[in-house]
Amino acid sequence: MARLRQCAIYGKGGIGKSTTTQNLVAALAEAGKKVMIVGCDPKADSTRLILHAKAQNSIMQMASDAGSVEDLELEEVLKVGYGEIKCVESGGPEPGVGCAGRGVITAINFLEEEGAYTEDLDFVFYDVLGDVVCGGFAMPIRENKAQEIYIVCSGEMMAMYAANNIAKGIVKYANSGGVRLAGLICNSRETDREDELIIALAERLGTQMIHFVPRDNVVQRAEIRRMTCIEYDPSHSQSDEYRALANKIIENKNLVIPTPITMDELEELLMEFGIMEAEDETIVGKKAVEEAAVAAA
Amino acid sequence: MSQEIENIKPSYPLFRDQEYKDNLAAKKANFEEAHSQEKIDEVFQWTTTAEYQELNFKREALTVNPAKACQPLGAILCAIGFEKTLPYVHGSQGCVAYFRTYFNRHFKEPFACVSDSMTEDAAVFGGQKNMFDGLENAKALYQPAMIAVSTTCMAEVIGDDLNAFINNTKKEGHLPQDYPVPFAHTPSFVGSHTTGWDNMFEGIARYFTLNSMEDKVVGSNGKLNLVPGFETYLGNFRVIHRMLDEMGVAHTLLSDPTEVLDTPADGQFRMYSGGTTQDEIKDAPNAIDTLLLQPWQLEKTKKYVQATWKHEVPKLNIPMGLEWTDQFLMKVSELTGKPIAPVLEKERGRLVDMMTDSHAWLHGKKFALWGDADFVMGLVKFLLEVGAEPTHILCNHANKRWRKAVEEILAASPYGANCKVHISRDLWHMRSLVFTDKPDFMIGNSYGKFIQRDTLYKGKEFEVPLIRMGFPIFDRHHLHRQTTLGYEGAMNMLTTLVNAILERLDDDTRGMGTTDYNYDLVR
Repeated sequence: MARLRQCAIYGKGGIGKSTTTQNLVAALAEAGKKVMIVGCDPKADSTRLILHAKAQNSIMQMASDAGSVEDLELEEVLKVGYGEIKCVESGGPEPGVGCAGRGVITAINFLEEEGAYTEDLDFVFYDVLGDVVCGGFAMPIRENKAQEIYIVCSGEMMAMYAANNIAKGIVKYANSGGVRLAGLICNSRETDREDELIIALAERLGTQMIHFVPRDNVVQRAEIRRMTCIEYDPSHSQSDEYRALANKIIENKNLVIPTPITMDELEELLMEFGIMEAEDETIVGKKAVEEAAVAAA
Repeated sequence: MSQEIENIKPSYPLFRDQEYKDNLAAKKANFEEAHSQEKIDEVFQWTTTAEYQELNFKREALTVNPAKACQPLGAILCAIGFEKTLPYVHGSQGCVAYFRTYFNRHFKEPFACVSDSMTEDAAVFGGQKNMFDGLENAKALYQPAMIAVSTTCMAEVIGDDLNAFINNTKKEGHLPQDYPVPFAHTPSFVGSHTTGWDNMFEGIARYFTLNSMEDKVVGSNGKLNLVPGFETYLGNFRVIHRMLDEMGVAHTLLSDPTEVLDTPADGQFRMYSGGTTQDEIKDAPNAIDTLLLQPWQLEKTKKYVQATWKHEVPKLNIPMGLEWTDQFLMKVSELTGKPIAPVLEKERGRLVDMMTDSHAWLHGKKFALWGDADFVMGLVKFLLEVGAEPTHILCNHANKRWRKAVEEILAASPYGANCKVHISRDLWHMRSLVFTDKPDFMIGNSYGKFIQRDTLYKGKEFEVPLIRMGFPIFDRHHLHRQTTLGYEGAMNMLTTLVNAILERLDDDTRGMGTTDYNYDLVR
């Protein structure tokens, strides 16, 4: 058996982590890999395209119904979908209450204790909500868990800002353990010179842009049918893009401790690519009336 | 209200003086807005009914007197069983103050344990800084040879990663790289004090053996390992040593706090004393096998010992009562090839003699009991052996498999026929049970005294006296030094049980000219 590779996918909210992860995992499964997805997001939408389900019953939801996590059995929470992909959702509270991070910790501990990490697995993917906002969301990158981190981003400023922030989080864990940044996945938003920009950002962070996933409506069409693009339309060129990504990840040896950049450096980079205008200090704090008065004078 | 210096009264009987009575009555009348005594009595009587019991057992959102404690409490007890080890709890200070007082009150001994005092900023930014300073200071101030780290709920909720924090502490130079800092995550919203003990033990075993297994050979040191689990009877550690010594079996008790929890008053304070050495735990994988004295609470330990040390870890019950002590000693003999010592055979004979001597009094007596999973199971086994009838058995932290196992033990004895086993229930449930299905006695920790008071309030004929066994025992002295394991422990429990019965019988037959026809000199 090849050694189990555990990968965590981070990225700004709404960037397409869950969609990219599921399409990627579907491509891996198609290539004969045994994969498990662990959704680490209270929304519990990390496995719907694999399971053709609205939302999988999550560990925390079921634990709360049953009274405690100890009352749960693995079979109740682990579902198998397209390509024999094993699916688990940690789940968590509704917005505004409780602690979603703790939910992730509880869920992953449960999986470990119940023996979900079986010998036959090649990959485990953790699909993690937004930023590394608290200790709970860093759970997947603790010792003995995910060693490879992929950040999904696009050429938009906030997505890159988030990617840089996540890199900072990884540094903290990389210094004391084996976790490494394995690359940026660019999920295209069709901004100008997007690929060049992300390649440049990856370079600054000391990593690589592992793949540029172009935008295509077929992904949305597949999603409406609760399917991955790979399953919905295997012959579509977009499916080949995900296959390419999957192959690159299988072959990936480029694991680094990232070198996050400062806010100023990031802004410089954005200006270089024309995403951001150079800041005009003279307009800061000026109201419209004041500007009108200046213009009139 | 002033006290005389030659006759200082404590709260009782002081508050029975007229001026205090008046004062308390005035406070009640003027400020408490209390219900009338009739109303209070009416509600009290209602709480003793079967109707109330039914409602009580439907209770979902509230636990009253849970008959368990939290994980770090167990973790730190495990830790102090190792030589010169300082238990260190990563989290809030108040939690650790509670652990210390809890053990102080039970053992009547100082209990060294530190926290890194996480406050609001640590809750927001994580507790790594606290750990840097805490570990460095704890080592400098108290000079332990090892610091065993566990966590409070606060650190667990924010997801502090002990492994990373401890590594960083060393990397930043706050502790030497090779200084032993085993750790265990001990969130109290999972499991109980026994889970915490189990987690800490696994943490310590992992630290000292996980990466040094290459040169280990099972059986090469010719010893037996014994893992006690959450054990608070000091006599139990001693009796295990004694029995194995008498058989000439070399052994290591993995976590042995008898010395540090029983230091003499000779003018010298001992923060550390005795305990399992680091060399012993490092050498533990070389043993013939590992026996778990309380297997139901040592699941994680068992998994680790089997997977990493490659020990068989034979299936045994807690060595409590006659048969299970037999089984324990026979297993020891089988594993080591040493015969059971004649002195132990004689001791067994004495126990059987005692059991037959007291049998007439114990036969058919009904007991409701609660406590930790293995202790309760062993006690049930022993009660059945002496012909007593358990009626309600309660263990808050036990699982369904445990309940099934206890039910099987009950089914195998005619004395177990009318007994119910309750898991995930608390002492407020127990209170209902002893009202609606009155046993002769309760056996449990000190918290049962309030149930006894309530039953007495309903009437002398409803009173269920408490026999104190288990943990914690705060209101009686030195019981923690006694023994419950082995033949010796069975003798001790038998003595306690039968004399409680005889005391009670004397109480009931002391009525001059009414019941004293049975107030006998000889029992």
